[in-house]
Amino acid sequence: MNAEVLQAPAVEEQFDDPTQQREAATLGMWLFLATEILFFGVLFASYTVCRVLHSEGFAVASRRTDMLLGSIETAVLLVSSSLIALGVRAVRMNERRLASWLFAGTSALGISFLVMHGFEYHKEYEEHLVPGLDFAQSGANAPAIELFFCLYYFITGFHSLHVFIGVVVIGVLAIRIARGAFGPRHHTTLELAALYWHLVDIVWIFVYPAIYLIGRAG
Amino acid sequence: MSAADPVMAVPNFLDRDYRLRAWLTTHDHKRIAILYALGITFFFFLGGAAATLIRLNLITPDGALLKAQTYNKAFTFHGVVMVWFFLIPSIPTTLGNFLLPLMIGARDVAFPRLNLASWYLYMGGGLFTIAALVAGGVDTGWTFYTPFSTMFSNTNVFLVVAGVFITGFSSILTGLNFIVTVHSLRTRGMSWFRLPLFVWGIYATSLVMVLATPVLAMTLALIALERGLGVGVFDPSLGGDPLLFQHLFWFYSHPAVYIMILPAMGLVSEIIACFVRRRVFGYRFMTYSMLAIAVIGFLVWGHHMFVSGQSLYASMVFSILSFVVAVPSAIKVFNWTATLRKGDITLEAPMLYALGFVGLFMLGGLTGLMLAAPALDMPLTDTYFVVAHFHYVMVGGSVMAYLGGIHYWWPKITGRLYSESWARFAAILMFFGFNLTFFPQYILGYEGMPRRYYSYLPQFQVLNVLSSAGASVLAVAYLLPILYLLWSLRYGERAGNNPWNARGLEWQTRSPPPKENFLEPPVVQEAYAYDQAAPNAGAPPNIGTQVSGGGPGGGTASGGGAAPTGESLQ
Repeated sequence: MNAEVLQAPAVEEQFDDPTQQREAATLGMWLFLATEILFFGVLFASYTVCRVLHSEGFAVASRRTDMLLGSIETAVLLVSSSLIALGVRAVRMNERRLASWLFAGTSALGISFLVMHGFEYHKEYEEHLVPGLDFAQSGANAPAIELFFCLYYFITGFHSLHVFIGVVVIGVLAIRIARGAFGPRHHTTLELAALYWHLVDIVWIFVYPAIYLIGRAG
Repeated sequence: MSAADPVMAVPNFLDRDYRLRAWLTTHDHKRIAILYALGITFFFFLGGAAATLIRLNLITPDGALLKAQTYNKAFTFHGVVMVWFFLIPSIPTTLGNFLLPLMIGARDVAFPRLNLASWYLYMGGGLFTIAALVAGGVDTGWTFYTPFSTMFSNTNVFLVVAGVFITGFSSILTGLNFIVTVHSLRTRGMSWFRLPLFVWGIYATSLVMVLATPVLAMTLALIALERGLGVGVFDPSLGGDPLLFQHLFWFYSHPAVYIMILPAMGLVSEIIACFVRRRVFGYRFMTYSMLAIAVIGFLVWGHHMFVSGQSLYASMVFSILSFVVAVPSAIKVFNWTATLRKGDITLEAPMLYALGFVGLFMLGGLTGLMLAAPALDMPLTDTYFVVAHFHYVMVGGSVMAYLGGIHYWWPKITGRLYSESWARFAAILMFFGFNLTFFPQYILGYEGMPRRYYSYLPQFQVLNVLSSAGASVLAVAYLLPILYLLWSLRYGERAGNNPWNARGLEWQTRSPPPKENFLEPPVVQEAYAYDQAAPNAGAPPNIGTQVSGGGPGGGTASGGGAAPTGESLQ
């Protein structure tokens, strides 16, 4: 592909100029992120209600999660978020090679996040903590633990789905940057991808204490 | 797109490519609007068929026609189809899609491909719902209350929930598209407070669609998971909370009522301004009240749960907030009435629908206030009083407005005029049929007849027969427009660009509009300039030649003069 041609973004027929197109796309992304917050909001609201109803059982269940892996995952996501922010900056400064590597690094960290989550899920499966599939716990708190892990899988599963989508999109963008599809005057798509990735990151910042830390206090 | 195009040569959006493939892959908002209109009309009559079964069954106290289980499926199907596949998408996706870019002087919506994708999602969701019907139906009611929907119902809950879930994304994406379109694609001079009130209505509704629908989608997903895996957060035997479901469901489903009514309010404002030949009284208050309804509408959901075991104090707060949301609604009714005062009123068919809307909406709204008071709601909840109330708002309000809008813009969309006398007859018939159907239900509810029962006590029979008789009148009134509107497509007179002599950008282009909407970007100087001559009394350059009708040559009103500057293009 001819990199020079791709330097200037094509303006679709409903827009007057690239500025209008960029502003429309950015507003659209922010609105999309608002809907995402409401999607996750339902899960967090459900979690809060159930936690109020079963505070003791939730604390017990929270201690069954793997805090070490959870903490590493948090660090991985935070680092990946800063990488993609630097990547967007690199494109703006016309450092395409660096930008491509930064985007690829973001994607790779996203993959490692998913792999670590896979290990967590596997471990919980072996401990018979997966509701609906293999759940075998005893004691007074068993129903509350099942409820906790139900929510745990809904929340982390839905979040991992977002991570997966991000990994694919950002990986593709890394290749396109390397091929010269973006430049200092043409990087809206990259900014939007970064916005999305930051949202995935922010959601996790709320998931991490709610799932892993909250039962370990005191 | 360039002004140098010879205007004669530009075909309208219908006359371009007739192939089915061209229609199914179109990015043109006007064609997508028509695709939606076909789908929505289909679902309207499907839901209407279920309503027919319900009303036929209720002619006799012992419910001779349907078995209890079949009756449950009939009212569930009626509710699901009418709410999610007709009322919620009706005005925004058809008239909204067609008119929004025209009204703000844009060539299309901001994301045309997304717009088409929304239609496919809508139809995809519809297929799931039809599949559920074919597979034997659902008996949960349109509200899917847990734990019945998750643990006890043996019907096809999953298919219907999947259908509504998918259609929800169509709603979200349409709302997102419209908000961005209004923000970024307004033409020169189209400042926020020159926007037609219909655009404000669509804008306010889009905000609700974007912010409320995700909650419904996620809640339905939780129901599906709970049904599939046997575990979940709404299951009381697991320590979950069925009341949580009701909170989440009504957090969406009460604002959903405003998704249905806000575009109707905007649409009626357009019609009244045109046939009274005045700017709508209190334009700014109209816009503020629409936004207020959209915002406060998010805070009243608890009035659906007065008898569900929610705390008394929560009920008090929700009751007060429900009264508060009535204030902006009342402002709108007062302003429509004030617009009529000393106006030059003519009673064409769209105006008859609009006036019907105002009256029926007022009756539906006032009975809503009664239900928002816990003391009155306790005895009235789950009776036919509630059924009559929301049908006055949704059918008397939204559907009347929708049909008024279809009649008002039909000449613009198709380029043809329908038979005015038949249209007036249908509008009047609809008003009487509607009242005959639903007013008896207020009395039935007041006397204590519960909703959702296939049989009833013999003393309720007279009013039920009246209601069923009204329903048959209503059915005729709904079928009539199909006949004379289809007739007009072939035999109707050519409409000309502006048959109502209305203001607004959509009337400044041709009927039907060319694919690009305007051959030259229009410039706006004032909204609702009914005190001035119509800008297209002649043939300004961006109109091009008319097919027929329309006035002879004359000066141009657009383009000249200093366009007011301001925040028009953001």
